[in-house]
Amino acid sequence: MLKIVEVEARLFLRDRLNSLFAVVFPSLLLLVLGAVPALRTPAPEFGGLRFIDGYLSSLIVFTLAFIGLQRVPTVVATYREKGVLRRLSTTPMSPARLLVGQLVVNFAAVILSVLLTIVVAYVVFGVDLPHHPLGLACAVVLGGAGTFALGLVIAALAPTARAAGGWATAVFMLLMFFGGVYLPRFMLPTAVQVIGSYTPPGVEALHQAWLGTAPDWRHLAIMGLVSLVAGTVAARTFRWE
Amino acid sequence: MAIIEVRDLGKRYGPRVAVDSVSFEVAEGEIFGVLGPNGAGKTTTVECVAGLRTPDRGSVAVLGKRPSDVRAAIGVQLQASELPERMRVGEALSLFSSFYPSPVDWSGRLGLTEHLEAEFGRLSGGLKQRLSIALALIGSPRVAVLDELTTGLDPQARRDTWSVIEEVRAAGVTILLVTHFMEEAERLCDRVAVFRDGRIVALDTPSALVSRVDGAARVRFVPSDPLDLSALRALPEVTDVTSVGEQLVVSGSQDLLHAVTSFLARKHVVARRLRVDQVSLDDAYVELTGGSGAEDR
Repeated sequence: MLKIVEVEARLFLRDRLNSLFAVVFPSLLLLVLGAVPALRTPAPEFGGLRFIDGYLSSLIVFTLAFIGLQRVPTVVATYREKGVLRRLSTTPMSPARLLVGQLVVNFAAVILSVLLTIVVAYVVFGVDLPHHPLGLACAVVLGGAGTFALGLVIAALAPTARAAGGWATAVFMLLMFFGGVYLPRFMLPTAVQVIGSYTPPGVEALHQAWLGTAPDWRHLAIMGLVSLVAGTVAARTFRWE
Repeated sequence: MAIIEVRDLGKRYGPRVAVDSVSFEVAEGEIFGVLGPNGAGKTTTVECVAGLRTPDRGSVAVLGKRPSDVRAAIGVQLQASELPERMRVGEALSLFSSFYPSPVDWSGRLGLTEHLEAEFGRLSGGLKQRLSIALALIGSPRVAVLDELTTGLDPQARRDTWSVIEEVRAAGVTILLVTHFMEEAERLCDRVAVFRDGRIVALDTPSALVSRVDGAARVRFVPSDPLDLSALRALPEVTDVTSVGEQLVVSGSQDLLHAVTSFLARKHVVARRLRVDQVSLDDAYVELTGGSGAEDR
């Protein structure tokens, strides 16, 4: 199992463009936005915060959605299409372990990316360290699980790797919208903001854990439920060849 | 003792019957060939033996157990199964060797040593095939299932691969070999099963299959003096004699040449421009499979 994780990690890193993008892009975007003076000045329309403070949770949404929906489903569907999973099922090693290895590596990338964002925000812009670290960890783990599970449902149901990529991109765009990545959340109608609190990866819980007091347990519970349901559907419908 | 036992195997995909009551046994240390046109059920049959598919009917046992229970003892090389594009040859070898208790490295023998750093997606077809063989053998299996082993290899690489297979067999491995190449079957296989429309239409040694074909051998020559053709026809080895111009064409069993030459010697006739056409497994195959699928070879 360790060997699988090692090889998957090497493959992840070898795909430099994607891996760098996943891990470094949110921090880079934070630096670019923070370079604009108006965005690092507190203002009433940003809810008394600075623009960049309000946007931090959306950066995490980007990381989770990108890795969970742009990487996971295509890699998994490609493994099936190319017969990699089939090849493994002739060995004593279960092909399910390859998928587990894939998830472990991608989740490690998520953690790396979130930590990098926290460090950059703290060091460069003096953003508080997460107020509720445990809550943030829960929000990232459950939000990540929910998003990855959606990615796996797509990988399970899509007929080809190309289709998986297409479907996943559509869901990715949708989650980015509700997560306030395209338009910051204060600009979104209240209804969209509320929906965004309940769609994976759960931008509101991420925000509250970092800069509020604690994440709302209902938001976390919904993420857990989404992971459970989507995970079950993926496991039930997954085709190995 | 039979190491592979297939009894009354049946498998259908929707309405299409892929395999219908196929039975055979493979003895330990044997190289057993599976021949037949595309769609004859060869791959389905060996995939059942490899534990990749569950039969609808009948049973498959490898080492007396269900194939899925003895995966470590079965090495499989599949048609159309790839590795991740960017995985390197060396990584694939070390990954697969981590699945088995006592891995064996065939990479040197298969000429992969200088390609260990190469990524799978950039390998030539022949190298992919050789890597696939190395991975099938890496767990030192008791049984190797090789599906279209040498398809895509150039003639030299094909011959090299054959000697690898002979080495593998010498190490006591039983081999189930699906092939399109009659030359390969003739050279390697102890016995072959010829498939057609999901059934086995013939199962025997390659030479026995050849001898089943009428007119297994043919001798052509120009006699130096006129011959008594009816006496020639009366020889037990001879089935037919025809004259084409001054040339005589004699067909018969495999021992035909000896019979004809001794007959000529007794008559003090010299055979000029003597030619012998030996019927090959190719001819036997075409006859057994009704000529269909000849284009696959």
